[in-house]
Amino acid sequence: MIALNVNGQDRSVDVPDDMPLLWVLRDVIGLTGTKFGCGIAQCGACTVQLDGQPVRSCVLPVASVGTRHVTTVEAIGATPSGKKVQQAWLDLEVIQCGYCQSGQIMSASALLERNPNPSDSDIDAAMSGNICRCGTYTRIRAAIKQAAKA
Amino acid sequence: MSKPFSSPNPKTNASRRAFLQGGGLLLGFAMLGAGIRPVVAATDPVEGDVSAAFAPDAFIRIGTDGKITFILPNIEMGQGTHTGEATLIAEELEVGLDQVSVVDAPPNDKLYATAALGGQATGGSTSMRATWESLRKAGATARMMLVSAAAAQWSVPVSECAAKLGVVTHQPTGRQLAYGALADAAGKQPVPTDIKLKDPRDFELIGKSLRRVDTSGKVNGAVVYGIDVRVPGMKVATVAACPVFGGTLADVDDKAARAIPGVRDIVRLPNAVAVIGDHFWAAKKGLAALDITWNDGANARLGSADIMAALKTASEHKTPIMARKEGDVEGKLKAASKTVEAAYELPFLAHAPMEPINCVVHVRADECEIWVGTQVPTQAQGWAAQVTGFPLDKIIVHNHLIGGGFGRRLVAESVGQAVAIAKQVSYPVKVIWTREEDIQHDLYRPAYYDRISAGLGPDGLPTVWIDHVAGGSVLGNYIPGGWPEDKLDDDAVESAVKPPYDLPVIQVDWVRQDPPVPITWWRGVGPTHNVFVVESFMDELAHAAGKDPVEYRRALTKNQPRAAGVLELVAEKSGWGSPMPAGSGRGIALHDAFGSFMAAVLEISVSPAGEITLHRAVVAVDCGIAINPNTVEAQIEGGLIFGLSAALYSGITFTNGRVDQSNFHDYRILRNNEAPKIEVYHVKSLESPGGIGETATVSAAPALANAIFAATGKRLRSLPFDRNQLRSDSADKTSVSMMPPLSVPVLAALAITGEADESEAEAA
Repeated sequence: MIALNVNGQDRSVDVPDDMPLLWVLRDVIGLTGTKFGCGIAQCGACTVQLDGQPVRSCVLPVASVGTRHVTTVEAIGATPSGKKVQQAWLDLEVIQCGYCQSGQIMSASALLERNPNPSDSDIDAAMSGNICRCGTYTRIRAAIKQAAKA
Repeated sequence: MSKPFSSPNPKTNASRRAFLQGGGLLLGFAMLGAGIRPVVAATDPVEGDVSAAFAPDAFIRIGTDGKITFILPNIEMGQGTHTGEATLIAEELEVGLDQVSVVDAPPNDKLYATAALGGQATGGSTSMRATWESLRKAGATARMMLVSAAAAQWSVPVSECAAKLGVVTHQPTGRQLAYGALADAAGKQPVPTDIKLKDPRDFELIGKSLRRVDTSGKVNGAVVYGIDVRVPGMKVATVAACPVFGGTLADVDDKAARAIPGVRDIVRLPNAVAVIGDHFWAAKKGLAALDITWNDGANARLGSADIMAALKTASEHKTPIMARKEGDVEGKLKAASKTVEAAYELPFLAHAPMEPINCVVHVRADECEIWVGTQVPTQAQGWAAQVTGFPLDKIIVHNHLIGGGFGRRLVAESVGQAVAIAKQVSYPVKVIWTREEDIQHDLYRPAYYDRISAGLGPDGLPTVWIDHVAGGSVLGNYIPGGWPEDKLDDDAVESAVKPPYDLPVIQVDWVRQDPPVPITWWRGVGPTHNVFVVESFMDELAHAAGKDPVEYRRALTKNQPRAAGVLELVAEKSGWGSPMPAGSGRGIALHDAFGSFMAAVLEISVSPAGEITLHRAVVAVDCGIAINPNTVEAQIEGGLIFGLSAALYSGITFTNGRVDQSNFHDYRILRNNEAPKIEVYHVKSLESPGGIGETATVSAAPALANAIFAATGKRLRSLPFDRNQLRSDSADKTSVSMMPPLSVPVLAALAITGEADESEAEAA
């Protein structure tokens, strides 16, 4: 059994050590807001936060999480920057299909948590790992700036 | 309301209408290797799954509790259709969007067909055009019945009553009744036949950027896409199909796979094998542990160069099918002061929607239940009926919000495969394709080889225009028995046949050369391919004539008012003609497709090493009445980026019958740091709405090609654009990276795991 803290809740899961956190969240715990996109850390749809740091859960073996707190999109609205990011995303109508947006929101809220006033190049660095096939990039950039001001 | 919609748009091609009439089954079955002839079963009406006291038609339900539900004929995959269609009904029903909830229509071609597509389907930027009248009429009809019910209850003339925000008011007395209180009585009112729709000047919702109805659950993980469905007792499968199209499964040794904890079953199909596990990870590990032998079949030696060579040979030697011929083409060519000719090559493209292909299926003794996000729900139902042998009314389909379609989910062959897997076990199964399976077993946008030429008069303007298109028939994959040999597939020449220019002497023809791999529509369909050629070549002509590209197009749009309108607006807003730094350039593309007119200007720079940087895009659009201007702008921004991704990075190639690309590291998608700033400007119009979901995708490649020429003097006629051709001679010969950067979160994950798998190491 592997012990995890997910969204503030202690959990114990009976899964192989090498199982990526993504599939533990989705298929075992039942938190499906975190998405599968590529399986090789290229698209960012699976982004979650470990102690506030964004990580790609599709390549992260569950046994390596340890005592770090896992936060998923289902709970990011409980953090101040997560709440601001969600609101800005809705206010600027960032979202189209929405499938990548869980990961975008997790990356953006982690960025704002460590850098309340990100520059364009800060946004480039933090967000270039999150692909959006609908092409919502210009609005994502604008929404991060709006959330920073909120 | 059981009649199919009448065709709302006379521009719609008659042949496309036929595309969904059962033919998708043929293609999919060919891929499954089952070799069964498709049977197009007549779909009996299936009742909508929403019941309410007032149900005047297929689209509107109002309960006595006041709950208003719209059953929408087209699915939501990000393009804003749910919001747009709800707006059309709400405008005439006199309710606010915040007062209604929306659901997807159940599979039913009779109630929910898009006439232009010949069935219940969402594609080709047809949704708003198809429903523009029908859904407003539905809203108006229901409102009139509610008002009549109120007037009857008060014993007053209908003319003294008015509806607003879900309430009917008797204006002289101020008495009010909410729609919920009228639901029972409204259902007993006669259905009016004389429906008067609002004058566009009185629109209160249409034309306003209302909040989208589908997004609140997309910021917190609440939305359930098909891939998120979990049903009791469900297991998870992943699948490998023969890596060579047309090949079959010869043998599989599953001993090692069965030893992996969590692996439950191994399922063999004629051309694929699936592993079912307690979770995706077990299934994926199990699949990797299989020792599979394939019969590669006839395509075992297939390579991309062979396909392009066959296209070229066909273009030059096969007799074409004429799409349009007007004027004395041969005579004008002889008399021309100058002739210009060029050949353009376009690659196969994968769709790569963010949500990988998936489907949850439970095959029971006498029925089959399916949860999936599909652009073609009745096709999905038909597939399941074929595979199970059950009648259509025993196939229950739950459609879900879609995490990206772009044409990939206009076919339901993967639903057939999932049902074939689920049929072999007793429990429900969720089949998820890996991204590798998605890239390597797509139905691709076909490759094309187009030869185009023009004769110029003394003023430099074209006196004759000849466009020879060569490529496969997409429609042919949807027609049982294939596309007739002598018949034009007008998808292949869409937007080539009638460019928005004064070109009185014109010949456009098509040579059909079907590739040995499956093909289908891809965002922007025919126009994405043809406008790249037409608009690149228009720039070539301007250059040959020594004219400015905008000035040249202006001279050719004197009788094309809507095209001229967007051209002038984009020239003004982009600052066309103002100086740019060395190594930079502006490119323009103008087109008319899906009932909308668009002109786009792209500003770029090209480094001495050949790196292309996208700085700014300015787009002018005339899409008729913009039902939701903000959604129009969002579709233009996203559509442009979709097209720029393809122009800069995308191309599917084959070696020994196998797709060379496998995931986002080698099938690149534009990233946030690479996206240009985008400005969108509307030409105000009271024309009926045009399509917008694909329009800007069409602009991307030609605007970029023309910008590259402006920046470098080099004309690139092959997609994706080869940066090696853009290197200046003095530049360092290090190769231009097609690889994405490794970002902070990836590094963080790798630091924790302490190891990088092969693909990340490659990407680094």
